[in-house]
Amino acid sequence: MVLKHKQQKKLVIRLKVFIHLISLWLLSNLYYQAINDKLGADPVEAVLHFTGIGAFNLLLLSLLISPMAKRFKLSWLLKVRRLTGLYSFVYALCHVLSFLAFEVQFAWELFVDEIIKRPYITVGMCAFVILFALAITSLSRLKRKMGQSWQKLHNGVYLALSLVSLHFYWSVKSEIIEPSLYAAFSLYLLYLRRDKIKAWLN
Amino acid sequence: MIKNIPKHNSPWQLKDNQVTDESVYRSRRSFLKQLGFVGASGLMVKNAEAIDWFSKKEAASFITQPLDFKKSLVSDEILTPEAKVISHNNFYEFGTKKTDPVENAQQFKVKPWQLTVSGEVGQTITLDHDDLYKKFPLEERIYRLRCVESWSMVIPWIGFPLAELIKKAQPTSKAKYVAFETLYDPEQMPGQSSRRVGGGITYPYVEGLRIDEAMNPLTLLSVGLYGKTLPAQNGAPIRLVVPWKYGFKSIKSIVGIKLVEKMPPTTWNMLAPNEYGFYANVNPQVDHPRWSQASERRITTGGLLARNRIETLPFNGYGEQVAHLYNKMNLRKHF
Repeated sequence: MVLKHKQQKKLVIRLKVFIHLISLWLLSNLYYQAINDKLGADPVEAVLHFTGIGAFNLLLLSLLISPMAKRFKLSWLLKVRRLTGLYSFVYALCHVLSFLAFEVQFAWELFVDEIIKRPYITVGMCAFVILFALAITSLSRLKRKMGQSWQKLHNGVYLALSLVSLHFYWSVKSEIIEPSLYAAFSLYLLYLRRDKIKAWLN
Repeated sequence: MIKNIPKHNSPWQLKDNQVTDESVYRSRRSFLKQLGFVGASGLMVKNAEAIDWFSKKEAASFITQPLDFKKSLVSDEILTPEAKVISHNNFYEFGTKKTDPVENAQQFKVKPWQLTVSGEVGQTITLDHDDLYKKFPLEERIYRLRCVESWSMVIPWIGFPLAELIKKAQPTSKAKYVAFETLYDPEQMPGQSSRRVGGGITYPYVEGLRIDEAMNPLTLLSVGLYGKTLPAQNGAPIRLVVPWKYGFKSIKSIVGIKLVEKMPPTTWNMLAPNEYGFYANVNPQVDHPRWSQASERRITTGGLLARNRIETLPFNGYGEQVAHLYNKMNLRKHF
Protein backbone atom coordinates (compact mmCIF):
# COMPACT_ATOMS: atom_id res chain seq x y z
CA MET A 1 0.00 0.00 0.00
CA VAL A 2 1.76 3.12 -1.16
CA LEU A 3 0.20 6.28 0.12
CA LYS A 4 0.78 9.77 -1.02
CA HIS A 5 2.83 11.94 1.26
CA LYS A 6 -0.09 14.05 2.48
CA GLN A 7 -2.27 11.07 3.15
CA GLN A 8 0.52 9.45 5.11
CA LYS A 9 0.97 12.50 7.24
CA LYS A 10 -2.72 12.57 8.05
CA LEU A 11 -2.71 8.91 8.88
CA VAL A 12 0.27 9.25 11.21
CA ILE A 13 -1.38 12.12 13.07
CA ARG A 14 -4.58 10.16 13.45
CA LEU A 15 -2.72 7.14 14.67
CA LYS A 16 -0.80 9.24 17.18
CA VAL A 17 -3.97 10.82 18.50
CA PHE A 18 -5.46 7.36 18.82
CA ILE A 19 -2.45 6.06 20.75
CA HIS A 20 -2.58 9.05 23.10
CA LEU A 21 -6.28 8.71 23.70
CA ILE A 22 -6.40 5.00 24.32
CA SER A 23 -3.30 4.86 26.52
CA LEU A 24 -4.34 7.81 28.65
CA TRP A 25 -7.98 6.79 28.81
CA LEU A 26 -7.09 3.30 30.04
CA LEU A 27 -4.75 4.71 32.66
CA SER A 28 -7.10 7.36 33.99
CA ASN A 29 -9.98 4.93 34.04
CA LEU A 30 -7.81 2.45 35.95
CA TYR A 31 -6.83 4.93 38.65
CA TYR A 32 -10.32 6.40 38.88
CA GLN A 33 -11.81 2.98 39.53
CA ALA A 34 -9.04 1.92 41.88
CA ILE A 35 -9.26 5.05 44.00
CA ASN A 36 -13.02 4.61 44.30
CA ASP A 37 -12.64 0.96 45.30
CA LYS A 38 -14.36 -0.34 42.19
CA LEU A 39 -11.57 -2.58 41.03
CA GLY A 40 -12.22 -5.77 42.92
CA ALA A 41 -11.20 -6.53 46.48
CA ASP A 42 -7.59 -5.52 46.10
CA PRO A 43 -7.21 -2.46 43.87
CA VAL A 44 -3.46 -2.39 44.52
CA GLU A 45 -2.92 -5.77 42.93
CA ALA A 46 -5.22 -4.83 40.06
CA VAL A 47 -3.29 -1.62 39.35
CA LEU A 48 0.08 -3.35 39.52
CA HIS A 49 -1.01 -6.10 37.16
CA PHE A 50 -2.64 -3.75 34.67
CA THR A 51 0.23 -1.27 34.46
CA GLY A 52 2.79 -4.06 34.37
CA ILE A 53 1.23 -6.05 31.59
CA GLY A 54 0.32 -2.79 29.83
CA ALA A 55 3.95 -1.69 29.79
CA PHE A 56 4.98 -5.09 28.44
CA ASN A 57 2.32 -5.04 25.72
CA LEU A 58 3.35 -1.56 24.61
CA LEU A 59 7.01 -2.52 24.60
CA LEU A 60 6.26 -5.53 22.39
CA LEU A 61 4.12 -3.35 20.16
CA SER A 62 6.87 -0.77 19.76
CA LEU A 63 9.31 -3.51 18.79
CA LEU A 64 6.83 -5.05 16.40
CA ILE A 65 6.58 -1.83 14.42
CA SER A 66 9.81 -1.97 12.48
CA PRO A 67 9.48 -5.63 11.39
CA MET A 68 5.91 -4.85 10.31
CA ALA A 69 7.01 -1.74 8.46
CA LYS A 70 9.63 -3.74 6.64
CA ARG A 71 7.46 -6.71 5.88
CA PHE A 72 4.48 -4.74 4.61
CA LYS A 73 6.41 -1.78 3.25
CA LEU A 74 4.70 0.70 5.54
CA SER A 75 7.58 2.99 6.35
CA TRP A 76 5.25 5.63 7.82
CA LEU A 77 4.51 3.21 10.67
CA LEU A 78 7.97 4.02 12.04
CA LYS A 79 6.69 7.46 12.90
CA VAL A 80 4.60 6.10 15.77
CA ARG A 81 7.34 3.89 17.16
CA ARG A 82 8.76 6.45 19.55
CA LEU A 83 5.34 7.32 20.92
CA THR A 84 4.55 3.65 21.57
CA GLY A 85 7.86 3.20 23.32
CA LEU A 86 7.27 6.29 25.41
CA TYR A 87 3.91 4.99 26.53
CA SER A 88 5.53 1.73 27.49
CA PHE A 89 7.77 3.82 29.73
CA VAL A 90 4.80 5.77 31.11
CA TYR A 91 3.05 2.52 32.06
CA ALA A 92 6.27 1.17 33.59
CA LEU A 93 6.61 4.40 35.56
CA CYS A 94 3.05 4.01 36.86
CA HIS A 95 3.89 0.39 37.72
CA VAL A 96 6.95 1.35 39.79
CA LEU A 97 5.34 4.38 41.42
CA SER A 98 2.21 2.38 42.28
CA PHE A 99 4.39 -0.28 43.87
CA LEU A 100 6.08 2.41 45.95
CA ALA A 101 2.96 4.38 46.84
CA PHE A 102 0.28 1.72 47.19
CA GLU A 103 2.01 -1.63 47.73
CA VAL A 104 4.83 -0.72 50.14
CA GLN A 105 3.16 2.61 50.92
CA PHE A 106 6.32 4.71 51.06
CA ALA A 107 8.13 2.38 53.44
CA TRP A 108 11.41 3.27 51.72
CA GLU A 109 13.46 0.71 53.54
CA LEU A 110 11.08 -2.03 52.46
CA PHE A 111 11.06 -0.62 48.92
CA VAL A 112 14.85 -0.81 48.64
CA ASP A 113 14.93 -4.18 50.41
CA GLU A 114 12.43 -5.66 47.99
CA ILE A 115 14.38 -4.40 44.98
CA ILE A 116 17.55 -6.00 46.27
CA LYS A 117 16.17 -9.21 47.78
CA ARG A 118 13.57 -10.33 45.25
CA PRO A 119 15.23 -11.37 42.00
CA TYR A 120 12.06 -10.74 39.99
CA ILE A 121 11.90 -7.18 41.28
CA THR A 122 15.63 -6.67 40.76
CA VAL A 123 15.46 -7.54 37.07
CA GLY A 124 12.25 -5.54 36.67
CA MET A 125 13.93 -2.51 38.18
CA CYS A 126 16.93 -2.90 35.85
CA ALA A 127 14.57 -2.94 32.90
CA PHE A 128 12.87 0.17 34.23
CA VAL A 129 16.19 2.03 34.54
CA ILE A 130 16.94 1.21 30.91
CA LEU A 131 13.51 2.38 29.75
CA PHE A 132 14.00 5.54 31.78
CA ALA A 133 17.29 6.27 30.02
CA LEU A 134 15.71 5.64 26.64
CA ALA A 135 12.75 7.87 27.44
CA ILE A 136 14.79 10.89 28.48
CA THR A 137 17.07 10.59 25.45
CA SER A 138 14.19 10.28 23.03
CA LEU A 139 14.06 13.97 22.12
CA SER A 140 15.05 14.58 18.50
CA ARG A 141 17.51 17.25 19.53
CA LEU A 142 19.29 14.94 21.95
CA LYS A 143 19.31 12.23 19.35
CA ARG A 144 21.17 14.46 16.93
CA LYS A 145 23.59 15.60 19.61
CA MET A 146 24.40 12.10 20.77
CA GLY A 147 25.21 10.85 17.29
CA GLN A 148 26.30 7.23 17.19
CA SER A 149 26.11 6.66 20.90
CA TRP A 150 22.36 7.26 20.72
CA GLN A 151 21.78 4.13 18.67
CA LYS A 152 24.08 2.18 20.93
CA LEU A 153 22.12 3.27 23.99
CA HIS A 154 18.79 2.60 22.36
CA ASN A 155 19.76 -0.92 21.43
CA GLY A 156 19.48 -1.39 25.19
CA VAL A 157 15.80 -1.90 24.56
CA TYR A 158 16.60 -5.51 23.64
CA LEU A 159 18.16 -6.05 27.03
CA ALA A 160 15.15 -4.37 28.65
CA LEU A 161 12.82 -6.70 26.77
CA SER A 162 14.69 -9.76 28.00
CA LEU A 163 14.66 -8.51 31.57
CA VAL A 164 10.95 -7.73 31.42
CA SER A 165 10.23 -11.27 30.18
CA LEU A 166 12.19 -12.68 33.07
CA HIS A 167 10.49 -10.32 35.52
CA PHE A 168 7.07 -11.56 34.42
CA TYR A 169 8.10 -15.22 34.43
CA TRP A 170 9.65 -15.07 37.88
CA SER A 171 6.78 -13.09 39.37
CA VAL A 172 4.14 -15.80 39.06
CA LYS A 173 3.63 -18.58 41.58
CA SER A 174 2.87 -21.47 39.27
CA GLU A 175 0.84 -20.21 36.32
CA ILE A 176 3.73 -20.03 33.86
CA ILE A 177 1.85 -20.43 30.60
CA GLU A 178 1.10 -16.75 30.00
CA PRO A 179 4.60 -15.51 30.87
CA SER A 180 6.05 -18.30 28.69
CA LEU A 181 4.03 -17.10 25.70
CA TYR A 182 5.22 -13.55 26.31
CA ALA A 183 8.81 -14.74 26.58
CA ALA A 184 8.48 -16.76 23.37
CA PHE A 185 7.14 -13.75 21.48
CA SER A 186 9.91 -11.58 22.90
CA LEU A 187 12.48 -14.11 21.74
CA TYR A 188 10.94 -14.08 18.29
CA LEU A 189 11.25 -10.29 18.12
CA LEU A 190 14.88 -10.56 19.19
CA TYR A 191 15.47 -13.32 16.64
CA LEU A 192 14.29 -11.00 13.87
CA ARG A 193 17.09 -8.65 14.89
CA ARG A 194 19.74 -11.28 15.44
CA ASP A 195 22.32 -9.63 13.15
CA LYS A 196 21.92 -6.26 14.76
CA ILE A 197 22.17 -7.71 18.24
CA LYS A 198 25.26 -9.71 17.34
CA ALA A 199 26.91 -6.59 16.01
CA TRP A 200 25.91 -4.67 19.12
CA LEU A 201 27.33 -7.30 21.43
CA ASN A 202 30.67 -7.35 19.60
CA MET B 1 -10.81 4.54 53.33
CA ILE B 2 -8.90 3.67 56.43
CA LYS B 3 -7.55 6.55 58.38
CA ASN B 4 -5.42 6.89 61.45
CA ILE B 5 -3.70 3.57 61.48
CA PRO B 6 -0.98 4.12 64.04
CA LYS B 7 2.39 2.93 62.86
CA HIS B 8 3.11 0.80 65.89
CA ASN B 9 1.03 -1.04 68.49
CA SER B 10 -1.60 -3.46 67.25
CA PRO B 11 -3.47 -1.73 64.47
CA TRP B 12 -5.62 -4.85 64.14
CA GLN B 13 -7.20 -3.92 67.44
CA LEU B 14 -8.10 -0.54 66.11
CA LYS B 15 -11.61 0.66 66.22
CA ASP B 16 -12.51 2.77 63.33
CA ASN B 17 -15.17 5.39 63.39
CA GLN B 18 -16.13 4.60 59.86
CA VAL B 19 -18.77 1.97 59.37
CA THR B 20 -17.28 -1.28 60.43
CA ASP B 21 -19.18 -3.45 58.13
CA GLU B 22 -20.01 -5.56 61.10
CA SER B 23 -22.94 -3.50 62.36
CA VAL B 24 -24.32 -3.43 58.88
CA TYR B 25 -24.05 -7.13 58.46
CA ARG B 26 -25.51 -7.94 61.84
CA SER B 27 -28.64 -6.00 61.16
CA ARG B 28 -28.83 -7.39 57.67
CA ARG B 29 -28.45 -10.88 58.94
CA SER B 30 -31.60 -10.73 61.00
CA PHE B 31 -33.39 -9.41 57.97
CA LEU B 32 -32.10 -12.26 55.87
CA LYS B 33 -33.19 -14.72 58.50
CA GLN B 34 -36.70 -13.37 58.34
CA LEU B 35 -36.67 -13.89 54.64
CA GLY B 36 -35.51 -17.38 55.36
CA PHE B 37 -33.68 -17.63 52.11
CA VAL B 38 -31.14 -15.69 50.19
CA GLY B 39 -29.69 -16.05 46.75
CA ALA B 40 -26.08 -15.39 45.96
CA SER B 41 -25.05 -11.85 46.54
CA GLY B 42 -26.40 -9.05 44.43
CA LEU B 43 -22.86 -8.08 43.60
CA MET B 44 -22.25 -11.18 41.58
CA VAL B 45 -25.49 -10.96 39.75
CA LYS B 46 -24.75 -7.38 38.80
CA ASN B 47 -21.30 -8.31 37.61
CA ALA B 48 -22.61 -11.09 35.47
CA GLU B 49 -25.06 -8.72 33.86
CA ALA B 50 -22.44 -6.13 33.15
CA ILE B 51 -20.24 -8.67 31.42
CA ASP B 52 -23.01 -10.55 29.74
CA TRP B 53 -24.66 -7.63 27.99
CA PHE B 54 -25.48 -9.50 24.88
CA SER B 55 -26.44 -12.91 26.10
CA LYS B 56 -29.95 -13.51 27.23
CA LYS B 57 -29.36 -16.50 29.41
CA GLU B 58 -29.96 -16.03 33.10
CA ALA B 59 -26.75 -16.74 34.98
CA ALA B 60 -27.72 -19.32 37.57
CA SER B 61 -25.92 -18.41 40.76
CA PHE B 62 -24.68 -20.54 43.57
CA ILE B 63 -27.21 -20.46 46.40
CA THR B 64 -26.21 -19.72 49.98
CA GLN B 65 -28.55 -20.14 52.96
CA PRO B 66 -28.68 -18.49 56.36
CA LEU B 67 -27.33 -20.59 59.22
CA ASP B 68 -28.17 -20.96 62.89
CA PHE B 69 -25.11 -20.47 65.03
CA LYS B 70 -23.72 -19.03 68.25
CA LYS B 71 -22.53 -15.52 67.57
CA SER B 72 -18.97 -14.51 68.21
CA LEU B 73 -18.25 -11.95 70.86
CA VAL B 74 -18.12 -8.60 69.14
CA SER B 75 -14.70 -8.17 67.65
CA ASP B 76 -12.99 -4.83 67.58
CA GLU B 77 -11.36 -5.62 64.28
CA ILE B 78 -12.56 -4.05 61.11
CA LEU B 79 -14.09 -6.82 59.07
CA THR B 80 -13.29 -7.22 55.41
CA PRO B 81 -16.55 -6.44 53.61
CA GLU B 82 -18.46 -9.50 52.49
CA ALA B 83 -18.38 -8.41 48.86
CA LYS B 84 -14.57 -8.53 48.98
CA VAL B 85 -14.37 -11.80 50.92
CA ILE B 86 -16.43 -13.54 48.26
CA SER B 87 -14.79 -12.01 45.18
CA HIS B 88 -11.06 -12.25 45.96
CA ASN B 89 -10.15 -15.90 46.21
CA ASN B 90 -7.20 -18.16 45.62
CA PHE B 91 -8.99 -21.31 44.51
CA TYR B 92 -7.02 -22.54 41.49
CA GLU B 93 -9.57 -25.28 40.79
CA PHE B 94 -11.64 -22.44 39.36
CA GLY B 95 -8.81 -20.38 37.85
CA THR B 96 -5.69 -18.60 39.00
CA LYS B 97 -6.86 -15.00 38.93
CA LYS B 98 -8.38 -13.72 42.17
CA THR B 99 -11.64 -12.98 40.38
CA ASP B 100 -11.80 -16.32 38.53
CA PRO B 101 -13.43 -18.38 41.28
CA VAL B 102 -16.41 -16.06 41.74
CA GLU B 103 -16.93 -16.17 37.98
CA ASN B 104 -16.35 -19.87 37.39
CA ALA B 105 -17.76 -21.51 40.52
CA GLN B 106 -21.40 -20.49 40.33
CA GLN B 107 -22.53 -23.84 38.91
CA PHE B 108 -20.68 -25.82 41.55
CA LYS B 109 -22.80 -28.60 43.07
CA VAL B 110 -22.42 -29.38 46.76
CA LYS B 111 -25.44 -31.65 47.00
CA PRO B 112 -24.84 -34.52 47.33
CA TRP B 113 -21.60 -34.24 49.28
CA GLN B 114 -19.59 -36.76 51.19
CA LEU B 115 -16.87 -36.04 53.70
CA THR B 116 -15.09 -39.11 55.00
CA VAL B 117 -12.93 -39.30 58.10
CA SER B 118 -10.77 -42.40 57.88
CA GLY B 119 -7.31 -43.84 58.41
CA GLU B 120 -5.97 -44.38 61.92
CA VAL B 121 -9.36 -44.16 63.59
CA GLY B 122 -11.51 -46.42 65.67
CA GLN B 123 -14.53 -45.49 63.66
CA THR B 124 -14.70 -44.24 60.10
CA ILE B 125 -17.16 -41.39 59.78
CA THR B 126 -19.02 -40.21 56.73
CA LEU B 127 -20.87 -36.92 56.74
CA ASP B 128 -23.32 -36.07 53.98
CA HIS B 129 -24.34 -32.58 52.94
CA ASP B 130 -26.94 -32.02 55.66
CA ASP B 131 -24.74 -33.58 58.38
CA LEU B 132 -22.20 -30.80 57.83
CA TYR B 133 -24.63 -28.32 59.34
CA LYS B 134 -26.37 -30.57 61.86
CA LYS B 135 -23.90 -32.91 63.51
CA PHE B 136 -22.09 -30.22 65.49
CA PRO B 137 -23.23 -26.98 67.08
CA LEU B 138 -22.14 -24.14 64.82
CA GLU B 139 -20.37 -21.09 66.13
CA GLU B 140 -19.04 -17.90 64.64
CA ARG B 141 -15.31 -17.13 64.78
CA ILE B 142 -13.88 -13.85 63.60
CA TYR B 143 -10.39 -14.66 62.38
CA ARG B 144 -7.60 -12.86 60.60
CA LEU B 145 -6.64 -14.59 57.36
CA ARG B 146 -3.05 -13.98 56.28
CA CYS B 147 -2.20 -14.95 52.72
CA VAL B 148 1.36 -15.93 51.87
CA GLU B 149 1.17 -13.23 49.18
CA SER B 150 1.24 -10.71 52.05
CA TRP B 151 -2.32 -9.47 52.03
CA SER B 152 -4.82 -10.22 54.75
CA MET B 153 -8.51 -10.09 55.60
CA VAL B 154 -10.70 -10.36 58.71
CA ILE B 155 -13.53 -12.82 58.18
CA PRO B 156 -16.48 -13.95 60.33
CA TRP B 157 -16.45 -17.70 59.73
CA ILE B 158 -19.09 -20.12 60.92
CA GLY B 159 -18.20 -23.69 61.72
CA PHE B 160 -17.12 -26.14 64.38
CA PRO B 161 -13.75 -27.14 65.78
CA LEU B 162 -11.99 -29.83 63.75
CA ALA B 163 -11.18 -31.47 67.09
CA GLU B 164 -14.85 -32.32 67.63
CA LEU B 165 -15.00 -34.31 64.43
CA ILE B 166 -11.69 -36.05 65.00
CA LYS B 167 -12.62 -37.03 68.57
CA LYS B 168 -15.78 -38.62 67.26
CA ALA B 169 -13.71 -40.83 64.98
CA GLN B 170 -11.59 -42.02 67.92
CA PRO B 171 -8.06 -41.64 66.58
CA THR B 172 -5.65 -44.45 67.38
CA SER B 173 -2.22 -43.96 68.92
CA LYS B 174 -0.74 -44.08 65.42
CA ALA B 175 -2.62 -40.96 64.34
CA LYS B 176 0.23 -38.44 64.24
CA TYR B 177 -0.88 -36.32 61.31
CA VAL B 178 -4.09 -35.36 59.55
CA ALA B 179 -4.25 -35.33 55.75
CA PHE B 180 -6.94 -33.36 53.90
CA GLU B 181 -8.12 -33.65 50.33
CA THR B 182 -10.22 -31.38 48.12
CA LEU B 183 -12.86 -32.76 45.78
CA TYR B 184 -11.44 -34.01 42.48
CA ASP B 185 -14.05 -33.39 39.79
CA PRO B 186 -12.57 -32.01 36.56
CA GLU B 187 -16.03 -31.66 35.05
CA GLN B 188 -17.02 -29.15 37.69
CA MET B 189 -13.61 -27.67 38.35
CA PRO B 190 -12.11 -26.31 35.13
CA GLY B 191 -8.70 -25.84 36.73
CA GLN B 192 -8.42 -29.59 37.21
CA SER B 193 -9.09 -30.36 33.57
CA SER B 194 -6.96 -27.60 32.06
CA ARG B 195 -3.40 -26.79 32.96
CA ARG B 196 -3.89 -23.30 31.63
CA VAL B 197 -6.83 -22.60 33.95
CA GLY B 198 -5.48 -24.49 36.94
CA GLY B 199 -2.04 -22.95 37.03
CA GLY B 200 -0.13 -26.19 36.66
CA ILE B 201 -0.49 -27.44 40.21
CA THR B 202 -1.23 -31.10 40.92
CA TYR B 203 -4.79 -32.05 41.74
CA PRO B 204 -6.52 -32.99 43.93
CA TYR B 205 -5.28 -30.30 46.28
CA VAL B 206 -3.98 -31.86 49.48
CA GLU B 207 -3.00 -30.37 52.81
CA GLY B 208 -1.97 -31.58 56.22
CA LEU B 209 -1.61 -30.75 59.89
CA ARG B 210 0.14 -32.34 62.80
CA ILE B 211 -2.40 -33.96 65.12
CA ASP B 212 -1.82 -31.43 67.91
CA GLU B 213 -2.36 -28.60 65.43
CA ALA B 214 -5.53 -30.26 64.22
CA MET B 215 -6.82 -30.67 67.78
CA ASN B 216 -6.06 -27.08 68.75
CA PRO B 217 -9.31 -25.30 69.60
CA LEU B 218 -8.55 -22.54 67.07
CA THR B 219 -8.59 -24.96 64.16
CA LEU B 220 -11.98 -24.67 62.54
CA LEU B 221 -13.92 -26.57 59.96
CA SER B 222 -15.94 -23.80 58.39
CA VAL B 223 -19.30 -24.26 56.67
CA GLY B 224 -20.21 -20.60 56.38
CA LEU B 225 -19.25 -16.95 56.53
CA TYR B 226 -21.11 -13.74 57.16
CA GLY B 227 -24.09 -15.63 58.58
CA LYS B 228 -24.68 -17.87 55.57
CA THR B 229 -23.39 -21.11 54.13
CA LEU B 230 -20.10 -20.80 52.24
CA PRO B 231 -20.20 -19.48 48.69
CA ALA B 232 -18.67 -21.93 46.22
CA GLN B 233 -15.65 -19.73 45.62
CA ASN B 234 -14.82 -19.73 49.34
CA GLY B 235 -14.68 -23.51 49.53
CA ALA B 236 -18.27 -24.75 49.87
CA PRO B 237 -19.57 -26.77 51.48
CA ILE B 238 -16.81 -27.28 54.05
CA ARG B 239 -13.30 -25.97 54.38
CA LEU B 240 -10.51 -25.73 56.88
CA VAL B 241 -9.52 -22.50 58.63
CA VAL B 242 -6.18 -22.45 60.45
CA PRO B 243 -5.78 -18.80 61.37
CA TRP B 244 -2.14 -18.86 62.48
CA LYS B 245 -0.95 -20.34 59.19
CA TYR B 246 -0.75 -18.89 55.71
CA GLY B 247 -3.99 -19.14 53.81
CA PHE B 248 -2.96 -21.95 51.49
CA LYS B 249 -3.09 -24.36 54.47
CA SER B 250 -6.82 -23.71 54.80
CA ILE B 251 -7.92 -26.23 52.19
CA LYS B 252 -11.31 -25.81 50.52
CA SER B 253 -14.21 -28.09 49.51
CA ILE B 254 -12.95 -31.02 51.56
CA VAL B 255 -14.02 -34.61 50.81
CA GLY B 256 -11.41 -36.53 52.74
CA ILE B 257 -9.83 -36.27 56.18
CA LYS B 258 -7.43 -39.06 56.91
CA LEU B 259 -5.51 -39.66 60.11
CA VAL B 260 -2.07 -40.96 59.29
CA GLU B 261 1.21 -41.87 60.91
CA LYS B 262 3.62 -40.05 58.60
CA MET B 263 3.74 -36.43 57.55
CA PRO B 264 1.44 -36.23 54.51
CA PRO B 265 2.39 -34.48 51.24
CA THR B 266 0.98 -30.98 50.74
CA THR B 267 0.28 -29.38 47.38
CA TRP B 268 2.34 -26.17 47.41
CA ASN B 269 5.19 -27.84 49.19
CA MET B 270 5.39 -30.46 46.44
CA LEU B 271 5.39 -27.74 43.81
CA ALA B 272 8.10 -25.55 45.35
CA PRO B 273 9.61 -27.03 48.54
CA ASN B 274 11.97 -24.11 49.02
CA GLU B 275 9.08 -21.65 49.00
CA TYR B 276 6.29 -23.39 50.90
CA GLY B 277 6.91 -25.50 53.97
CA PHE B 278 4.66 -28.05 55.63
CA TYR B 279 4.14 -25.88 58.69
CA ALA B 280 3.62 -22.53 56.94
CA ASN B 281 3.11 -20.70 60.22
CA VAL B 282 2.75 -16.96 59.76
CA ASN B 283 6.21 -15.71 60.64
CA PRO B 284 7.40 -12.14 60.05
CA GLN B 285 10.98 -13.28 60.65
CA VAL B 286 11.12 -15.67 57.74
CA ASP B 287 10.66 -14.15 54.31
CA HIS B 288 9.19 -16.01 51.42
CA PRO B 289 11.62 -15.79 48.48
CA ARG B 290 8.99 -13.78 46.64
CA TRP B 291 7.48 -11.64 49.40
CA SER B 292 8.63 -9.98 52.56
CA GLN B 293 6.54 -11.42 55.37
CA ALA B 294 7.32 -8.66 57.87
CA SER B 295 4.21 -6.71 56.99
CA GLU B 296 0.98 -7.12 55.11
CA ARG B 297 -1.77 -5.15 53.43
CA ARG B 298 -5.06 -5.51 55.28
CA ILE B 299 -7.93 -5.56 52.83
CA THR B 300 -10.96 -3.81 54.27
CA THR B 301 -12.90 -0.96 52.78
CA GLY B 302 -11.09 1.83 51.03
CA GLY B 303 -9.64 1.90 47.59
CA LEU B 304 -6.20 2.43 46.22
CA LEU B 305 -5.34 5.23 48.63
CA ALA B 306 -6.07 3.25 51.82
CA ARG B 307 -3.08 3.22 54.15
CA ASN B 308 -3.52 -0.41 55.03
CA ARG B 309 0.00 -1.77 55.45
CA ILE B 310 0.42 -3.16 58.95
CA GLU B 311 3.02 -5.23 60.72
CA THR B 312 2.61 -8.98 60.55
CA LEU B 313 2.54 -10.73 63.93
CA PRO B 314 4.15 -14.08 64.74
CA PHE B 315 1.52 -16.80 64.32
CA ASN B 316 -0.71 -14.09 62.85
CA GLY B 317 -1.34 -12.78 66.37
CA TYR B 318 -2.43 -16.16 67.78
CA GLY B 319 0.86 -16.92 69.52
CA GLU B 320 -0.76 -17.14 72.92
CA GLN B 321 -2.90 -20.03 71.75
CA VAL B 322 -0.44 -21.90 69.56
CA ALA B 323 3.20 -20.90 70.17
CA HIS B 324 3.58 -23.78 72.66
CA LEU B 325 3.02 -26.26 69.84
CA TYR B 326 6.39 -25.31 68.42
CA ASN B 327 8.59 -25.16 71.52
CA LYS B 328 12.10 -26.32 70.69
CA MET B 329 11.43 -26.22 66.96
CA ASN B 330 13.60 -24.14 64.69
CA LEU B 331 10.92 -22.28 62.78
CA ARG B 332 13.42 -21.04 60.24
CA LYS B 333 14.13 -24.59 59.24
CA HIS B 334 10.55 -25.78 59.64
CA PHE B 335 9.00 -22.84 57.81
